[in-house]
Amino acid sequence: MSIVTPGAKQHGAPSVRRSSTSPIYTLVGALVLVILLTMAPWIVPAQASSTLMNFFILVIMATMWNLLAGYAGMVSIGQQAFIGLGAYATLYFALKGVNPFVTIPLSTLTCAVIAVPVTFLLFRLRGGYFAIATWVVSDTALLIIGAIPFLGGGTGKLMPGLQSLSPAQTAHYSYLATWIVALVVVTGTYLLLRSRLGLVLASIRDNEVAARSAGVNVQSARRLIFVIAAAGCGAAGAVLAISQPFIQPLSVFNIQWAAEMLFVSMIGGLGTIEGPIIGSILYFVLQQTLQQYGAWYLIIFGSLAVVVALWQPRGLWGAFRERFHGELLPVGYWLREPK
Amino acid sequence: MSLLQLEDISKKFGQVVVGEGITFQLEQGDAVGIVGPNGAGKTSLFAMISGDIAPDSGAILFDGHNIAHLSPAKRARAGIGRTYQVPRPFENMTVFENALVAAQQGARTRGQKSYDLALGALERTGLAPFANRQAGSLTLLHRKRLELARALSTAPRVLLLDEIAGGLTDLEVNELTAIIRSLRSDGIAVVWIEHVVRALLTTVERLLCLASGVVVADGEPKSVLASDAVRSVYLGGRVLETRGPNE
Ligand SMILES: Nc1ncnc2c1ncn2[C@@H]1O[C@H](COP(=O)(O)OP(=O)(O)OP(=O)(O)O)[C@@H](O)[C@H]1O
Ligand SMILES: [Mg+2]
Repeated sequence: MSIVTPGAKQHGAPSVRRSSTSPIYTLVGALVLVILLTMAPWIVPAQASSTLMNFFILVIMATMWNLLAGYAGMVSIGQQAFIGLGAYATLYFALKGVNPFVTIPLSTLTCAVIAVPVTFLLFRLRGGYFAIATWVVSDTALLIIGAIPFLGGGTGKLMPGLQSLSPAQTAHYSYLATWIVALVVVTGTYLLLRSRLGLVLASIRDNEVAARSAGVNVQSARRLIFVIAAAGCGAAGAVLAISQPFIQPLSVFNIQWAAEMLFVSMIGGLGTIEGPIIGSILYFVLQQTLQQYGAWYLIIFGSLAVVVALWQPRGLWGAFRERFHGELLPVGYWLREPK
Repeated sequence: MSLLQLEDISKKFGQVVVGEGITFQLEQGDAVGIVGPNGAGKTSLFAMISGDIAPDSGAILFDGHNIAHLSPAKRARAGIGRTYQVPRPFENMTVFENALVAAQQGARTRGQKSYDLALGALERTGLAPFANRQAGSLTLLHRKRLELARALSTAPRVLLLDEIAGGLTDLEVNELTAIIRSLRSDGIAVVWIEHVVRALLTTVERLLCLASGVVVADGEPKSVLASDAVRSVYLGGRVLETRGPNE
Protein backbone atom coordinates (compact mmCIF):
# COMPACT_ATOMS: atom_id res chain seq x y z
CA MET A 1 0.00 0.00 0.00
CA SER A 2 3.04 2.22 -0.32
CA ILE A 3 2.34 5.15 -2.56
CA VAL A 4 4.63 7.93 -3.70
CA THR A 5 3.25 11.42 -3.22
CA PRO A 6 4.54 14.15 -5.49
CA GLY A 7 3.05 16.97 -3.36
CA ALA A 8 5.68 16.58 -0.67
CA LYS A 9 8.97 18.10 -1.68
CA GLN A 10 10.74 19.23 1.48
CA HIS A 11 10.09 16.07 3.43
CA GLY A 12 10.81 13.50 0.77
CA ALA A 13 7.85 11.55 -0.49
CA PRO A 14 5.72 10.21 2.34
CA SER A 15 3.52 7.25 1.66
CA VAL A 16 0.03 6.81 3.04
CA ARG A 17 -0.57 3.74 5.18
CA ARG A 18 -3.69 2.54 6.86
CA SER A 19 -2.07 1.39 10.08
CA SER A 20 0.73 2.65 12.29
CA THR A 21 1.82 -0.86 13.16
CA SER A 22 2.02 -4.12 11.28
CA PRO A 23 -1.49 -5.61 10.99
CA ILE A 24 -0.13 -9.16 10.97
CA TYR A 25 -0.71 -9.89 14.70
CA THR A 26 -4.25 -8.57 14.55
CA LEU A 27 -4.95 -10.65 11.48
CA VAL A 28 -3.59 -13.87 12.99
CA GLY A 29 -5.40 -13.15 16.26
CA ALA A 30 -8.66 -12.51 14.45
CA LEU A 31 -8.31 -15.70 12.44
CA VAL A 32 -7.71 -17.83 15.54
CA LEU A 33 -10.70 -16.21 17.23
CA VAL A 34 -12.93 -16.83 14.23
CA ILE A 35 -11.96 -20.52 14.08
CA LEU A 36 -12.47 -20.98 17.83
CA LEU A 37 -15.85 -19.27 17.88
CA THR A 38 -17.03 -21.21 14.85
CA MET A 39 -16.14 -24.50 16.58
CA ALA A 40 -17.46 -23.43 19.99
CA PRO A 41 -20.66 -25.54 19.94
CA TRP A 42 -18.49 -28.65 19.54
CA ILE A 43 -16.07 -27.75 22.33
CA VAL A 44 -17.99 -25.91 25.02
CA PRO A 45 -21.10 -27.03 26.96
CA ALA A 46 -24.51 -26.08 25.59
CA GLN A 47 -25.03 -23.58 28.40
CA ALA A 48 -21.86 -21.71 27.41
CA SER A 49 -22.70 -21.55 23.74
CA SER A 50 -26.12 -20.18 24.60
CA THR A 51 -24.41 -17.47 26.68
CA LEU A 52 -22.09 -16.77 23.76
CA MET A 53 -25.11 -16.37 21.53
CA ASN A 54 -26.59 -13.71 23.79
CA PHE A 55 -23.20 -12.08 23.81
CA PHE A 56 -23.13 -11.97 20.00
CA ILE A 57 -26.59 -10.42 19.90
CA LEU A 58 -25.44 -7.74 22.31
CA VAL A 59 -22.29 -7.11 20.24
CA ILE A 60 -24.41 -6.65 17.11
CA MET A 61 -26.77 -4.23 18.82
CA ALA A 62 -24.01 -2.25 20.54
CA THR A 63 -22.00 -2.00 17.33
CA MET A 64 -25.03 -0.59 15.54
CA TRP A 65 -25.86 1.79 18.38
CA ASN A 66 -22.27 3.02 18.35
CA LEU A 67 -22.56 3.86 14.65
CA LEU A 68 -25.72 5.81 15.40
CA ALA A 69 -24.71 7.66 18.54
CA GLY A 70 -20.94 7.45 18.61
CA TYR A 71 -20.38 8.49 15.00
CA ALA A 72 -23.50 10.01 13.50
CA GLY A 73 -24.64 11.80 16.66
CA MET A 74 -28.07 10.17 16.71
CA VAL A 75 -29.03 9.07 20.20
CA SER A 76 -31.73 6.50 19.64
CA ILE A 77 -33.64 4.95 22.52
CA GLY A 78 -35.92 3.18 20.07
CA GLN A 79 -33.62 0.68 18.36
CA GLN A 80 -35.78 -2.10 19.85
CA ALA A 81 -38.20 -1.12 17.08
CA PHE A 82 -35.94 -2.88 14.60
CA ILE A 83 -35.14 -5.78 16.92
CA GLY A 84 -38.88 -6.38 17.12
CA LEU A 85 -39.53 -5.80 13.44
CA GLY A 86 -36.64 -8.12 12.54
CA ALA A 87 -38.04 -10.82 14.81
CA TYR A 88 -41.55 -10.41 13.44
CA ALA A 89 -40.38 -10.30 9.84
CA THR A 90 -38.73 -13.64 10.49
CA LEU A 91 -41.92 -14.99 12.02
CA TYR A 92 -43.92 -13.69 9.09
CA PHE A 93 -41.70 -15.26 6.45
CA ALA A 94 -41.54 -18.52 8.41
CA LEU A 95 -45.33 -18.61 8.65
CA LYS A 96 -45.36 -18.20 4.88
CA GLY A 97 -43.23 -21.32 4.65
CA VAL A 98 -39.73 -19.92 4.30
CA ASN A 99 -37.00 -21.76 6.17
CA PRO A 100 -36.35 -19.71 9.37
CA PHE A 101 -32.61 -19.52 8.67
CA VAL A 102 -33.23 -18.24 5.16
CA THR A 103 -35.45 -15.49 6.57
CA ILE A 104 -32.49 -13.78 8.28
CA PRO A 105 -31.29 -11.84 5.21
CA LEU A 106 -34.91 -11.17 4.20
CA SER A 107 -35.74 -9.71 7.60
CA THR A 108 -32.57 -7.64 7.56
CA LEU A 109 -33.57 -6.17 4.23
CA THR A 110 -37.14 -5.59 5.41
CA CYS A 111 -35.90 -3.51 8.34
CA ALA A 112 -33.62 -1.48 6.06
CA VAL A 113 -36.54 -0.72 3.77
CA ILE A 114 -38.82 0.27 6.67
CA ALA A 115 -36.07 2.53 8.06
CA VAL A 116 -35.93 4.74 4.96
CA PRO A 117 -39.33 6.46 5.35
CA VAL A 118 -38.79 6.54 9.13
CA THR A 119 -35.74 8.77 8.63
CA PHE A 120 -37.87 11.35 6.86
CA LEU A 121 -40.02 11.61 9.98
CA LEU A 122 -37.25 11.46 12.55
CA PHE A 123 -34.77 13.78 10.84
CA ARG A 124 -37.07 16.74 11.36
CA LEU A 125 -36.16 16.52 15.04
CA ARG A 126 -32.92 17.09 16.89
CA GLY A 127 -31.29 15.93 20.12
CA GLY A 128 -33.68 14.94 22.88
CA TYR A 129 -36.70 15.24 20.62
CA PHE A 130 -35.10 12.84 18.18
CA ALA A 131 -34.42 10.35 20.97
CA ILE A 132 -37.99 10.48 22.23
CA ALA A 133 -39.33 10.17 18.69
CA THR A 134 -37.35 6.96 18.15
CA TRP A 135 -39.08 5.57 21.19
CA VAL A 136 -42.45 6.63 19.81
CA VAL A 137 -41.59 4.85 16.56
CA SER A 138 -40.80 1.71 18.52
CA ASP A 139 -44.02 1.85 20.51
CA THR A 140 -46.01 2.46 17.35
CA ALA A 141 -44.42 -0.59 15.74
CA LEU A 142 -45.25 -2.61 18.86
CA LEU A 143 -48.90 -1.51 18.75
CA ILE A 144 -49.27 -2.29 15.07
CA ILE A 145 -47.65 -5.71 15.33
CA GLY A 146 -49.68 -6.54 18.44
CA ALA A 147 -52.88 -5.90 16.47
CA ILE A 148 -52.15 -8.43 13.74
CA PRO A 149 -53.82 -11.76 14.57
CA PHE A 150 -51.82 -13.60 11.89
CA LEU A 151 -48.66 -12.80 13.89
CA GLY A 152 -50.19 -13.89 17.18
CA GLY A 153 -51.46 -10.52 18.34
CA GLY A 154 -50.49 -9.47 21.84
CA THR A 155 -49.82 -12.99 23.14
CA GLY A 156 -47.26 -14.01 20.57
CA LYS A 157 -46.63 -17.08 18.49
CA LEU A 158 -44.30 -20.04 18.22
CA MET A 159 -41.72 -19.85 15.47
CA PRO A 160 -42.66 -22.48 12.89
CA GLY A 161 -40.26 -24.44 10.73
CA LEU A 162 -37.94 -25.48 13.56
CA GLN A 163 -39.93 -28.44 14.86
CA SER A 164 -38.40 -30.87 12.38
CA LEU A 165 -35.01 -30.29 14.02
CA SER A 166 -33.93 -31.81 17.33
CA PRO A 167 -33.41 -29.28 20.18
CA ALA A 168 -29.66 -29.83 19.95
CA GLN A 169 -29.69 -29.21 16.22
CA THR A 170 -31.76 -26.06 16.65
CA ALA A 171 -29.36 -24.77 19.29
CA HIS A 172 -26.40 -25.59 17.13
CA TYR A 173 -27.74 -23.96 13.98
CA SER A 174 -28.97 -20.88 15.74
CA TYR A 175 -25.57 -20.50 17.36
CA LEU A 176 -23.91 -20.59 13.96
CA ALA A 177 -26.45 -18.18 12.48
CA THR A 178 -25.97 -15.70 15.32
CA TRP A 179 -22.21 -15.97 15.14
CA ILE A 180 -22.18 -15.43 11.38
CA VAL A 181 -24.46 -12.39 11.68
CA ALA A 182 -22.21 -10.93 14.40
CA LEU A 183 -19.12 -11.58 12.29
CA VAL A 184 -20.67 -9.96 9.23
CA VAL A 185 -21.88 -6.95 11.24
CA VAL A 186 -18.55 -6.32 12.98
CA THR A 187 -16.45 -6.93 9.86
CA GLY A 188 -18.82 -4.83 7.77
CA THR A 189 -18.71 -2.01 10.31
CA TYR A 190 -14.94 -2.17 10.34
CA LEU A 191 -14.74 -1.97 6.54
CA LEU A 192 -17.27 0.86 6.57
CA LEU A 193 -15.21 2.82 9.07
CA ARG A 194 -12.08 2.31 6.97
CA SER A 195 -13.82 3.58 3.86
CA ARG A 196 -14.39 7.14 2.71
CA LEU A 197 -17.67 7.09 4.62
CA GLY A 198 -15.74 6.18 7.76
CA LEU A 199 -13.70 9.36 7.52
CA VAL A 200 -16.91 11.31 6.96
CA LEU A 201 -18.46 9.74 10.07
CA ALA A 202 -15.40 10.50 12.17
CA SER A 203 -15.54 14.14 11.10
CA ILE A 204 -19.25 14.40 11.97
CA ARG A 205 -18.51 12.76 15.32
CA ASP A 206 -15.82 15.35 16.07
CA ASN A 207 -17.41 18.55 14.75
CA GLU A 208 -20.58 18.60 12.75
CA VAL A 209 -20.44 22.27 11.75
CA ALA A 210 -16.87 22.04 10.51
CA ALA A 211 -17.70 18.81 8.69
CA ARG A 212 -20.43 20.54 6.73
CA SER A 213 -18.21 23.39 5.66
CA ALA A 214 -15.54 20.89 4.64
CA GLY A 215 -18.05 19.52 2.13
CA VAL A 216 -19.52 16.66 4.15
CA ASN A 217 -23.15 15.91 3.40
CA VAL A 218 -24.13 15.22 6.99
CA GLN A 219 -27.77 14.47 6.25
CA SER A 220 -27.17 11.73 3.72
CA ALA A 221 -24.43 10.14 5.85
CA ARG A 222 -26.88 10.09 8.76
CA ARG A 223 -29.62 8.57 6.66
CA LEU A 224 -27.35 5.81 5.45
CA ILE A 225 -26.18 5.06 8.99
CA PHE A 226 -29.73 4.98 10.31
CA VAL A 227 -30.68 2.48 7.62
CA ILE A 228 -27.60 0.35 8.28
CA ALA A 229 -28.26 0.36 12.04
CA ALA A 230 -31.87 -0.65 11.41
CA ALA A 231 -30.73 -3.51 9.21
CA GLY A 232 -28.17 -4.67 11.79
CA CYS A 233 -30.70 -4.57 14.62
CA GLY A 234 -33.19 -6.32 12.33
CA ALA A 235 -30.68 -9.13 11.83
CA ALA A 236 -30.21 -9.33 15.61
CA GLY A 237 -34.00 -9.57 15.99
CA ALA A 238 -34.13 -12.33 13.39
CA VAL A 239 -31.57 -14.51 15.14
CA LEU A 240 -33.21 -13.73 18.45
CA ALA A 241 -36.52 -14.98 17.07
CA ILE A 242 -34.93 -18.23 15.94
CA SER A 243 -33.15 -18.86 19.22
CA GLN A 244 -36.11 -18.09 21.51
CA PRO A 245 -38.27 -19.44 19.65
CA PHE A 246 -41.59 -18.17 21.09
CA ILE A 247 -42.09 -14.61 19.90
CA GLN A 248 -43.89 -12.10 22.05
CA PRO A 249 -44.31 -8.44 21.17
CA LEU A 250 -43.48 -7.13 24.64
CA SER A 251 -40.25 -9.09 24.82
CA VAL A 252 -38.82 -8.33 21.37
CA PHE A 253 -39.88 -4.66 21.48
CA ASN A 254 -38.54 -4.32 25.02
CA ILE A 255 -36.82 -1.01 25.77
CA GLN A 256 -34.27 -3.03 27.75
CA TRP A 257 -32.55 -3.75 24.43
CA ALA A 258 -31.96 -0.04 23.94
CA ALA A 259 -30.74 0.33 27.52
CA GLU A 260 -28.27 -2.53 27.08
CA MET A 261 -26.81 -1.24 23.83
CA LEU A 262 -26.50 2.22 25.32
CA PHE A 263 -24.73 1.10 28.51
CA VAL A 264 -22.44 -1.29 26.71
CA SER A 265 -21.33 1.22 24.06
CA MET A 266 -20.85 3.97 26.59
CA ILE A 267 -18.77 1.88 28.96
CA GLY A 268 -16.67 0.38 26.20
CA GLY A 269 -16.23 3.67 24.40
CA LEU A 270 -18.30 5.50 21.83
CA GLY A 271 -16.78 6.45 18.52
CA THR A 272 -14.39 3.51 18.30
CA ILE A 273 -15.09 0.12 16.77
CA GLU A 274 -13.47 -1.76 19.66
CA GLY A 275 -15.46 0.03 22.39
CA PRO A 276 -18.82 -1.75 22.07
CA ILE A 277 -17.11 -5.15 21.91
CA ILE A 278 -15.10 -4.42 25.05
CA GLY A 279 -18.27 -3.17 26.72
CA SER A 280 -20.17 -6.31 25.77
CA ILE A 281 -17.42 -8.53 27.16
CA LEU A 282 -17.45 -6.62 30.43
CA TYR A 283 -21.23 -6.85 30.62
CA PHE A 284 -21.16 -10.63 30.24
CA VAL A 285 -18.25 -11.15 32.62
CA LEU A 286 -20.10 -9.15 35.27
CA GLN A 287 -23.36 -10.91 34.57
CA GLN A 288 -21.79 -14.38 34.78
CA THR A 289 -19.71 -13.74 37.91
CA LEU A 290 -22.45 -11.94 39.84
CA GLN A 291 -25.27 -14.17 38.65
CA GLN A 292 -25.95 -15.73 42.05
CA TYR A 293 -26.49 -12.32 43.64
CA GLY A 294 -29.54 -11.55 41.49
CA ALA A 295 -29.78 -8.23 39.73
CA TRP A 296 -26.61 -6.82 41.28
CA TYR A 297 -24.75 -7.02 38.01
CA LEU A 298 -27.27 -4.63 36.48
CA ILE A 299 -26.91 -2.15 39.32
CA ILE A 300 -23.13 -2.33 39.16
CA PHE A 301 -23.22 -2.02 35.41
CA GLY A 302 -25.54 0.98 35.49
CA SER A 303 -23.39 2.74 38.09
CA LEU A 304 -20.32 1.97 36.02
CA ALA A 305 -21.98 3.59 33.00
CA VAL A 306 -22.64 6.76 35.00
CA VAL A 307 -19.06 6.82 36.32
CA VAL A 308 -17.64 6.35 32.84
CA ALA A 309 -19.94 8.99 31.33
CA LEU A 310 -18.76 11.49 33.95
CA TRP A 311 -15.06 10.81 34.09
CA GLN A 312 -14.11 8.99 30.93
CA PRO A 313 -16.52 10.03 28.15
CA ARG A 314 -14.44 8.13 25.61
CA GLY A 315 -15.05 4.93 27.54
CA LEU A 316 -12.67 2.18 28.62
CA TRP A 317 -11.24 1.68 25.16
CA GLY A 318 -10.76 5.43 24.79
CA ALA A 319 -8.81 5.50 28.05
CA PHE A 320 -6.69 2.58 26.95
CA ARG A 321 -5.98 4.20 23.62
CA GLU A 322 -4.98 7.49 25.19
CA ARG A 323 -2.45 5.72 27.39
CA PHE A 324 -0.99 3.18 25.01
CA HIS A 325 -1.72 4.68 21.61
CA GLY A 326 -2.70 1.21 20.51
CA GLU A 327 -5.38 0.14 18.08
CA LEU A 328 -6.64 -3.34 17.46
CA LEU A 329 -8.58 -2.47 14.34
CA PRO A 330 -6.94 0.55 12.72
CA VAL A 331 -9.16 2.70 10.53
CA GLY A 332 -6.96 5.79 10.17
CA TYR A 333 -4.39 7.09 7.72
CA TRP A 334 -0.70 7.30 8.52
CA LEU A 335 1.91 9.22 6.60
CA ARG A 336 5.27 7.53 6.58
CA GLU A 337 8.52 9.07 5.55
CA PRO A 338 10.50 6.99 3.07
CA LYS A 339 13.45 5.09 4.56
CA MET B 1 -20.29 38.23 -14.04
CA SER B 2 -18.76 38.38 -10.59
CA LEU B 3 -17.47 35.31 -8.80
CA LEU B 4 -19.32 36.20 -5.62
CA GLN B 5 -22.09 38.71 -5.38
CA LEU B 6 -24.04 39.75 -2.30
CA GLU B 7 -27.18 41.76 -2.90
CA ASP B 8 -28.91 43.64 -0.14
CA ILE B 9 -28.27 41.07 2.58
CA SER B 10 -29.98 41.67 5.90
CA LYS B 11 -29.97 39.64 9.08
CA LYS B 12 -31.07 40.15 12.67
CA PHE B 13 -30.60 38.00 15.75
CA GLY B 14 -33.58 39.23 17.75
CA GLN B 15 -32.80 42.91 18.27
CA VAL B 16 -29.18 42.60 17.19
CA VAL B 17 -28.61 43.75 13.62
CA VAL B 18 -25.71 41.83 12.08
CA GLY B 19 -26.44 42.71 8.46
CA GLU B 20 -28.36 45.54 6.85
CA GLY B 21 -28.37 46.03 3.12
CA ILE B 22 -24.93 44.48 2.62
CA THR B 23 -24.01 44.57 -1.05
CA PHE B 24 -20.65 43.71 -2.51
CA GLN B 25 -18.97 41.90 -5.34
CA LEU B 26 -15.85 39.86 -5.61
CA GLU B 27 -13.94 38.88 -8.74
CA GLN B 28 -11.63 35.95 -9.28
CA GLY B 29 -8.25 36.52 -7.64
CA ASP B 30 -9.46 39.50 -5.59
CA ALA B 31 -8.18 40.01 -2.08
CA VAL B 32 -10.49 41.92 0.20
CA GLY B 33 -9.98 42.72 3.87
CA ILE B 34 -12.84 43.21 6.31
CA VAL B 35 -12.46 45.24 9.49
CA GLY B 36 -14.99 46.38 12.03
CA PRO B 37 -15.52 46.52 15.76
CA ASN B 38 -16.43 43.45 17.83
CA GLY B 39 -19.97 42.35 17.19
CA ALA B 40 -20.16 44.24 13.88
CA GLY B 41 -21.42 41.13 12.10
CA LYS B 42 -18.24 40.08 10.27
CA THR B 43 -18.33 36.45 11.26
CA SER B 44 -22.08 36.38 10.65
CA LEU B 45 -21.45 37.61 7.12
CA PHE B 46 -19.13 34.66 6.49
CA ALA B 47 -21.70 32.32 8.01
CA MET B 48 -24.28 33.59 5.54
CA ILE B 49 -21.93 33.11 2.59
CA SER B 50 -20.90 29.61 3.69
CA GLY B 51 -24.46 28.62 4.54
CA ASP B 52 -24.12 28.10 8.28
CA ILE B 53 -26.86 30.68 8.84
CA ALA B 54 -29.53 31.98 6.48
CA PRO B 55 -29.99 35.71 5.83
CA ASP B 56 -33.44 37.21 6.52
CA SER B 57 -33.46 38.74 3.06
CA GLY B 58 -31.22 39.38 0.09
CA ALA B 59 -29.50 37.23 -2.51
CA ILE B 60 -26.12 35.53 -2.66
CA LEU B 61 -24.85 34.64 -6.12
CA PHE B 62 -21.83 32.45 -6.67
CA ASP B 63 -20.60 32.21 -10.22
CA GLY B 64 -23.92 33.73 -11.31
CA HIS B 65 -26.08 31.14 -9.52
CA ASN B 66 -28.22 31.85 -6.52
CA ILE B 67 -26.83 29.71 -3.73
CA ALA B 68 -29.22 30.87 -1.02
CA HIS B 69 -30.89 27.48 -0.77
CA LEU B 70 -27.76 25.33 -0.92
CA SER B 71 -26.48 23.51 2.15
CA PRO B 72 -23.04 24.40 3.55
CA ALA B 73 -21.69 21.15 2.08
CA LYS B 74 -22.93 22.00 -1.41
CA ARG B 75 -21.42 25.48 -1.16
CA ALA B 76 -18.12 23.99 -0.06
CA ARG B 77 -18.22 21.66 -3.05
CA ALA B 78 -19.06 24.58 -5.33
CA GLY B 79 -15.86 26.32 -4.23
CA ILE B 80 -16.53 28.32 -1.08
CA GLY B 81 -13.97 27.52 1.59
CA ARG B 82 -14.01 29.00 5.06
CA THR B 83 -12.07 28.99 8.30
CA TYR B 84 -13.57 29.50 11.75
CA GLN B 85 -12.53 32.29 14.08
CA VAL B 86 -12.58 29.82 16.95
CA PRO B 87 -10.91 26.80 15.33
CA ARG B 88 -13.04 23.70 14.94
CA PRO B 89 -10.60 20.88 14.35
CA PHE B 90 -11.70 17.25 14.12
CA GLU B 91 -9.95 16.61 17.40
CA ASN B 92 -9.80 12.84 17.39
CA MET B 93 -8.50 12.65 13.85
CA THR B 94 -4.95 13.26 12.74
CA VAL B 95 -3.95 16.50 11.04
CA PHE B 96 -3.67 14.63 7.75
CA GLU B 97 -7.13 13.10 8.15
CA ASN B 98 -8.56 16.55 8.87
CA ALA B 99 -7.31 17.76 5.50
CA LEU B 100 -8.13 14.47 3.78
CA VAL B 101 -11.83 14.52 4.58
CA ALA B 102 -12.03 18.03 3.12
CA ALA B 103 -10.15 16.91 0.01
CA GLN B 104 -12.43 13.90 -0.47
CA GLN B 105 -15.74 15.59 0.33
CA GLY B 106 -15.17 19.27 -0.46
CA ALA B 107 -13.06 18.77 -3.57
CA ARG B 108 -14.66 15.43 -4.55
CA THR B 109 -11.34 13.65 -5.01
CA ARG B 110 -10.48 10.01 -4.35
CA GLY B 111 -7.49 7.84 -3.59
CA GLN B 112 -4.08 9.17 -4.44
CA LYS B 113 -5.50 12.44 -5.75
CA SER B 114 -7.09 13.15 -2.39
CA TYR B 115 -3.83 12.28 -0.59
CA ASP B 116 -1.91 14.68 -2.83
CA LEU B 117 -4.39 17.48 -2.32
CA ALA B 118 -4.43 17.10 1.47
CA LEU B 119 -0.68 16.76 1.71
CA GLY B 120 -0.17 19.75 -0.57
CA ALA B 121 -2.36 21.85 1.75
CA LEU B 122 -0.37 20.68 4.79
CA GLU B 123 2.92 21.48 3.04
CA ARG B 124 1.69 24.90 2.10
CA THR B 125 0.60 25.78 5.62
CA GLY B 126 3.69 24.31 7.27
CA LEU B 127 1.74 21.52 8.97
CA ALA B 128 3.37 18.59 7.16
CA PRO B 129 5.62 17.72 10.14
CA PHE B 130 2.48 17.36 12.26
CA ALA B 131 0.60 15.19 9.77
CA ASN B 132 0.24 12.21 12.13
CA ARG B 133 -0.54 14.22 15.25
CA GLN B 134 -4.02 14.19 16.74
CA ALA B 135 -5.55 17.54 15.86
CA GLY B 136 -6.78 17.88 19.43
CA SER B 137 -3.18 18.11 20.64
CA LEU B 138 -2.28 21.11 18.49
CA THR B 139 -1.52 24.57 19.88
CA LEU B 140 -3.77 27.49 18.93
CA LEU B 141 -1.32 28.65 16.27
CA HIS B 142 -1.37 25.26 14.59
CA ARG B 143 -5.12 24.94 14.98
CA LYS B 144 -5.50 28.17 13.03
CA ARG B 145 -3.20 26.81 10.36
CA LEU B 146 -5.21 23.64 10.28
CA GLU B 147 -8.33 25.71 9.61
CA LEU B 148 -6.53 27.14 6.60
CA ALA B 149 -5.19 23.76 5.46
CA ARG B 150 -8.63 22.18 5.68
CA ALA B 151 -10.27 25.02 3.77
CA LEU B 152 -7.53 24.78 1.11
CA SER B 153 -8.09 21.04 0.79
CA THR B 154 -11.61 21.69 -0.49
CA ALA B 155 -9.95 23.31 -3.55
CA PRO B 156 -11.81 26.61 -3.03
CA ARG B 157 -12.31 29.42 -5.50
CA VAL B 158 -13.19 31.80 -2.71
CA LEU B 159 -11.51 31.54 0.64
CA LEU B 160 -13.13 33.17 3.67
CA LEU B 161 -10.53 33.68 6.41
CA ASP B 162 -11.81 34.65 9.85
CA GLU B 163 -9.09 36.17 12.08
CA ILE B 164 -6.41 33.63 11.37
CA ALA B 165 -3.60 36.04 12.30
CA GLY B 166 -4.83 36.97 15.77
CA GLY B 167 -2.19 36.38 18.44
CA LEU B 168 0.65 35.63 16.05
CA THR B 169 4.15 37.12 16.30
CA ASP B 170 5.42 39.43 13.54
CA LEU B 171 7.41 36.61 12.02
CA GLU B 172 4.42 34.27 11.98
CA VAL B 173 2.25 37.01 10.50
CA ASN B 174 4.77 37.47 7.71
CA GLU B 175 4.76 33.74 6.99
CA LEU B 176 1.00 33.74 6.90
CA THR B 177 0.67 36.73 4.58
CA ALA B 178 3.19 35.11 2.24
CA ILE B 179 0.99 32.01 2.10
CA ILE B 180 -2.11 34.07 1.42
CA ARG B 181 -0.40 36.06 -1.34
CA SER B 182 0.65 32.81 -2.99
CA LEU B 183 -3.00 31.66 -2.92
CA ARG B 184 -4.00 34.82 -4.74
CA SER B 185 -1.50 34.15 -7.47
CA ASP B 186 -3.20 30.76 -7.90
CA GLY B 187 -6.39 32.63 -8.72
CA ILE B 188 -8.15 32.01 -5.40
CA ALA B 189 -10.18 35.00 -4.25
CA VAL B 190 -9.58 35.82 -0.59
CA VAL B 191 -11.82 37.60 1.88
CA TRP B 192 -10.02 38.16 5.14
CA ILE B 193 -11.49 39.38 8.42
CA GLU B 194 -8.69 40.67 10.62
CA HIS B 195 -8.15 43.09 13.48
CA VAL B 196 -4.39 43.09 12.77
CA VAL B 197 -4.63 45.68 10.02
CA ARG B 198 -0.92 45.76 9.29
CA ALA B 199 -1.19 42.15 8.14
CA LEU B 200 -4.14 43.03 5.93
CA LEU B 201 -2.37 45.99 4.35
CA THR B 202 0.45 43.83 2.99
CA THR B 203 -2.02 41.47 1.36
CA VAL B 204 -5.31 43.03 0.28
CA GLU B 205 -5.98 45.69 -2.31
CA ARG B 206 -9.44 46.49 -1.05
CA LEU B 207 -10.81 47.03 2.41
CA LEU B 208 -14.35 46.91 3.70
CA CYS B 209 -15.45 48.28 7.04
CA LEU B 210 -18.50 46.81 8.72
CA ALA B 211 -20.25 48.41 11.70
CA SER B 212 -23.53 47.17 13.19
CA GLY B 213 -24.15 45.16 10.05
CA VAL B 214 -23.68 48.09 7.70
CA VAL B 215 -20.86 48.50 5.19
CA VAL B 216 -19.63 51.97 6.15
CA ALA B 217 -16.66 52.05 3.79
CA ASP B 218 -15.40 49.99 0.87
CA GLY B 219 -12.41 50.78 -1.29
CA GLU B 220 -8.66 51.27 -1.38
CA PRO B 221 -7.34 50.27 2.08
CA LYS B 222 -5.43 53.42 3.01
CA SER B 223 -8.26 55.73 2.04
CA VAL B 224 -10.81 53.53 3.80
CA LEU B 225 -8.79 53.69 6.99
CA ALA B 226 -8.49 57.46 6.64
CA SER B 227 -12.18 57.99 5.96
CA ASP B 228 -14.40 59.81 8.42
CA ALA B 229 -16.85 56.91 8.52
CA VAL B 230 -14.23 54.47 9.73
CA ARG B 231 -12.73 56.97 12.17
CA SER B 232 -16.09 57.57 13.78
CA VAL B 233 -16.77 53.84 14.03
CA TYR B 234 -13.57 53.34 15.96
CA LEU B 235 -13.81 56.55 17.96
CA GLY B 236 -13.50 55.60 21.59
CA GLY B 237 -13.50 51.96 20.60
CA ARG B 238 -10.73 49.61 19.68
CA VAL B 239 -7.82 51.41 18.00
CA LEU B 240 -6.75 49.85 14.74
CA GLU B 241 -3.18 48.76 14.49
CA THR B 242 -2.09 50.32 11.24
CA ARG B 243 1.68 50.23 11.57
CA GLY B 244 3.01 47.93 8.88
CA PRO B 245 5.73 45.44 9.83
CA ASN B 246 8.24 47.15 7.56
CA GLU B 247 7.19 50.72 8.04
N1 LIG C 1 -26.21 32.38 16.40
C1 LIG C 1 -26.37 33.58 17.01
N2 LIG C 1 -27.46 33.82 17.77
C2 LIG C 1 -27.65 35.00 18.36
N3 LIG C 1 -26.81 36.02 18.28
C3 LIG C 1 -25.70 35.86 17.55
C4 LIG C 1 -25.41 34.62 16.88
N4 LIG C 1 -24.25 34.75 16.22
C5 LIG C 1 -23.81 35.99 16.48
N5 LIG C 1 -24.68 36.66 17.27
C6 LIG C 1 -24.54 38.06 17.71
O1 LIG C 1 -24.42 38.84 16.56
C7 LIG C 1 -23.48 39.87 16.75
C8 LIG C 1 -22.44 39.84 15.67
O2 LIG C 1 -21.63 38.69 15.84
P1 LIG C 1 -20.41 38.36 14.88
O3 LIG C 1 -19.77 37.14 15.43
O4 LIG C 1 -20.87 38.31 13.49
O5 LIG C 1 -19.47 39.61 15.10
P2 LIG C 1 -17.98 39.87 14.59
O6 LIG C 1 -18.00 41.10 13.79
O7 LIG C 1 -17.42 38.67 13.95
O8 LIG C 1 -17.26 40.15 15.98
P3 LIG C 1 -15.77 39.77 16.48
O9 LIG C 1 -14.87 40.82 15.96
O10 LIG C 1 -15.89 39.82 17.97
O11 LIG C 1 -15.46 38.42 15.95
C9 LIG C 1 -22.92 39.70 18.16
O12 LIG C 1 -23.60 40.59 19.01
C10 LIG C 1 -23.25 38.27 18.50
O13 LIG C 1 -23.48 38.13 19.87
MG1 LIG D 1 -15.98 37.37 14.34
